[in-house]
Amino acid sequence: MIEFKHVSFAYEKNAPVLKDLSFHVKKGETVGLIGANGAGKSTVMKLLLGLLSGEGDVLVDGTRVEKNTLGQIRKKLGFVLQNSDNQMFMPTVYEDMIFGPLNYMLSREEAEKRADAALEQLGITDLKHRHNHKLSGGEKRMAAIATILAMEPDAILMDEPTAALDPYNRRVVINTINSLPQTKLITSHDLDMILDTCERVILLDRGEIVADGLAKDILTDKALLEAHRMELPFCFAGRA
Amino acid sequence: MNKMEKALHELSEMDDLAAQESPIHNLHPLAKLLATVAYIVTVVSFDKYDLTGLIIFVLFPILLFQLSGIPVRTCFYKLRIVLPLVMAVGLFNPFFDRAPLFMLGNVAVSGGVVSMITLMLKGVFCLMAAFLLMATTGIDKLCAALRMLHLPPMLVTLMLLTYRYVGVMTEELAVMTDAYHLRAPGQKGIQFSAWGSFLGQLLLRSMDRAEELYSSMQLRGYHGHFHYVKINRIRPADVLYVVACVAVFVLLRIVPVTQLMGNQFVG
Repeated sequence: MIEFKHVSFAYEKNAPVLKDLSFHVKKGETVGLIGANGAGKSTVMKLLLGLLSGEGDVLVDGTRVEKNTLGQIRKKLGFVLQNSDNQMFMPTVYEDMIFGPLNYMLSREEAEKRADAALEQLGITDLKHRHNHKLSGGEKRMAAIATILAMEPDAILMDEPTAALDPYNRRVVINTINSLPQTKLITSHDLDMILDTCERVILLDRGEIVADGLAKDILTDKALLEAHRMELPFCFAGRA
Repeated sequence: MNKMEKALHELSEMDDLAAQESPIHNLHPLAKLLATVAYIVTVVSFDKYDLTGLIIFVLFPILLFQLSGIPVRTCFYKLRIVLPLVMAVGLFNPFFDRAPLFMLGNVAVSGGVVSMITLMLKGVFCLMAAFLLMATTGIDKLCAALRMLHLPPMLVTLMLLTYRYVGVMTEELAVMTDAYHLRAPGQKGIQFSAWGSFLGQLLLRSMDRAEELYSSMQLRGYHGHFHYVKINRIRPADVLYVVACVAVFVLLRIVPVTQLMGNQFVG
């Protein structure tokens, strides 16, 4: 579904952010992309979405991510931003939800049908006609996920989906992520959430993959995590 | 809540007002837009001394306030910054135009005073009409109506996104102002020496956020063509509203109703 083949990227010469990165995410898989600040997680996402372009090949469903395939690629990928305020720019949740489908030339009826289905799937039909600026943090995050689901993407990319959420809303978002059948690539510093949602984890450090394997193996390896400026998830650290 | 947050709150209140239910809210946005334009054109067309002809036009906003349920004080509160500027437009007329126009009891009223009041009223009436249009329609429906009039999509999208980005910029300003005051206790406002870096930072932060917002739009298929909110089809009632408004405005513009009424009393 998602493939990186020898991808390198640098914002400035002689300061590479990603170095010869290669990995493959299979259809239906949920992969956590973890790493300390500056590891290159966001750059991976941006390259995948075609917001940046580097050396090497980034492929989505066998199609190379490049200027003339962006429309096709972005139709397949849904991206949930870390800051939901930057994702929701229409006056109401419903109008935001049909924004994507309408841009992909769906009829208004079809777009509305999709929006209704997404709201139903997430159990947030009560938010349908709410104004975006009046939603709480948790509601906003759920609505942001709904706007992506309404586009019926094959894969969902999430950047810090549980950031700034209280424990209850964090749990709601985790359950929601687990209920989604799509391929998922999630970046986060919330390793407990990664453990709860991802079967596989890719650990990045300074633009390189330093570990790629089962979440329960990597996230319990204290030495590995600490060597790369990370810590064990709270549930294993014996704290709180 | 700091000043910026208050401004943001006020901005969002306009969306709340537009989301209310009333016979005026339910009218087609295009009908409201055309009626408002007709009103403004008629009001502006009055001669600077035609105070008696103009005064009757206050009925239109009063009627709309009544029918839409929007409190008059909300209008004046929201327009508190603009209203003094509008009022100031004719402020110097009494000094330049001193020729007496009529007698009010024993007092001679000069042309300058009349033209000043006329100008002020014109400004206030137009602002009230524009406010009522925004408060009963909302920016999104208004933009959809402008597109129905075949205004260039670039212009309409620019208007809509500017309105949205004002909120983004104000949010950033609110955060920065809070951060500034937390480290500058007892200081009123922002020191002049900090203005440069403050504005620079504001611009950079707003641009970052705007860029992310734009990326989010692009990732959901946006490529320059905005799909405006769905608005109902034009009903006979909407057409009737526009026709009635235009007819009444033209009638009141041609027939000096106030003067005729006054004559009835004066004889």
